[in-house]
Amino acid sequence: MAIQQISVFVENKQGKLVETVKALAENGINIRAMSIADTKDFGILRMITSDNAKTQEVLSEDTVVNTTDVIAVKMGDYPGALYKVIDILAKADINIEYMYAFTASEALGAYVVFRVDDVAHAQKLMDENGMESLDNKDLF
Amino acid sequence: MGNYFQPEIETASREEILAIQNEKIVRQIKHVYENVKYYRDLMDEKGVKPEDIKGVEDIHKLPFLSKADLREAYPYGLLGTDLKNCVRIQSTSGTTGKRVVAFYTQHDIDLWEECCARAIVAVGGTKEDVVQVCYGYGLFTGGAGLHGGSHKVGCLTLPMSSGNTDRQIQFMMDLQSTILCCTPSYAAYIGETLAEMGYKPGDNKLKAGIFGAEPWTEEMRQSIQKSLGIKAYDIYGLTEISGPGVAFECEAQNGMHINEDHFYVEVIDPETGEVLPEGSKGELVFTALDKEAFPMIRYRTRDICVLSREKCSCGRTHVKMTKPMGRSDDMLIIRGVNVFPSQIETVLLKEGYTPNYQIELDRINNSDTFEIKVEMAPEQFSDIVSINQAKEKKLEQAMRTMLGIGPKVRLVPPKTIARSEGKAVRVIDHRKLHD
Repeated sequence: MAIQQISVFVENKQGKLVETVKALAENGINIRAMSIADTKDFGILRMITSDNAKTQEVLSEDTVVNTTDVIAVKMGDYPGALYKVIDILAKADINIEYMYAFTASEALGAYVVFRVDDVAHAQKLMDENGMESLDNKDLF
Repeated sequence: MGNYFQPEIETASREEILAIQNEKIVRQIKHVYENVKYYRDLMDEKGVKPEDIKGVEDIHKLPFLSKADLREAYPYGLLGTDLKNCVRIQSTSGTTGKRVVAFYTQHDIDLWEECCARAIVAVGGTKEDVVQVCYGYGLFTGGAGLHGGSHKVGCLTLPMSSGNTDRQIQFMMDLQSTILCCTPSYAAYIGETLAEMGYKPGDNKLKAGIFGAEPWTEEMRQSIQKSLGIKAYDIYGLTEISGPGVAFECEAQNGMHINEDHFYVEVIDPETGEVLPEGSKGELVFTALDKEAFPMIRYRTRDICVLSREKCSCGRTHVKMTKPMGRSDDMLIIRGVNVFPSQIETVLLKEGYTPNYQIELDRINNSDTFEIKVEMAPEQFSDIVSINQAKEKKLEQAMRTMLGIGPKVRLVPPKTIARSEGKAVRVIDHRKLHD
């Protein structure tokens, strides 16, 4: 089961990021995972939040937001854990657009989020290979 | 070779047209000098006498008229004959200040309607045709001009005026209209409505449309032609000069023939007022050669065009003008190149963006910087950086092709472009601060 990620366009201007994050705080939205891709002119803030629908609603008023399916795969705490996952994707010719790591909670442990070109296929491979991955409901 | 309403004049040689123009301009300047005090004062101020004008080659000696003069002289100051000789007025919408009120004698109405008749015949109109005129009737010249032209050709004329689309479509179908005259945006709307009602493009009897009174693009022409199953033709005119029919498109669909036997055209540099050689891009200036009541001399239209005397496949010899590329009031000079916001809008619409943009200009190290911010819709935004950047690059490329110089394009979220009183601020020019 893939997981939903919200991406937010953030202009590269003083105060823009704080506005975005403040809106989430004021609406009681918990950011479970995030990463920022930045260029000279703009940044893209990617987040997995406790309430994606509400996040979308809150942020759409002032900027562009889109929702993408990504997979969040549990990482074991040993050498080669990441290699094992990426190897499966590579052998299936699945391209990774970007990835980032986060700790879901102390109990759940570490995860890596993969944004790939074929989410359904990647998720199926993870399931078939016994790789544990997160569902949106795990995070809400 | 096409059909002509007045073949002798429409296909006359360059020499014949020049001879007509030379004869008319001498008479017209004398008429204006004697009858229009406002213009006489302008000529005296410039030290030009009627006898200095021996032909069109002397026109450049005469003073210009502009919208400001029309305002100043409102309502009777530019009248060229006694009111008792006038039979009609027409007027502009007055969006840029005071309305323009233009006066017509019967002679003026006839020559205007003949120009419109030329336009109708040029798109294939004959007395067999049913012409549906859905330009507004009343003060606006659109309805009156095409209506009169249609009468002169002998077409069955449907004086629909604008609006009430259901009724337009009912008459179009029941009375089998063959030529549609309206604004291009209304033609597009009729096309959409027909499709919604379940009609196919072949279900109507229309063969041609004469669309004007607002700017439209080649893409719009293609889409109207497809949705209505017709050929779509452009027409140009302005109330100050008479109305629609100052210039019209022929079967070649690549520019509008100016009725040079009535309207003498010049292209000038909007900054200096200097007359530019034919083929240069500049502001159109018209002189009405034989109008009696409202004889505009060297009237600055603010429309930016290019003229062409290339031989036309339709056989007409009158000079052709391009669609107006913009208004000289809006023109920007960036790195020595003339840029019009309308060109930028055209690119954005073609590439699937909304026309919400802002141009920012600056001068750094004596060189102009040129940036365009473009608002994007949520569906155009990607979570992948390289996809957004590729979209910016594609727009930059399309802008370079259209403008001749390359801007930097930056995509921004919707509603981020500053608006003052609800209208977006289109141009921010920091260069003036450095001058």
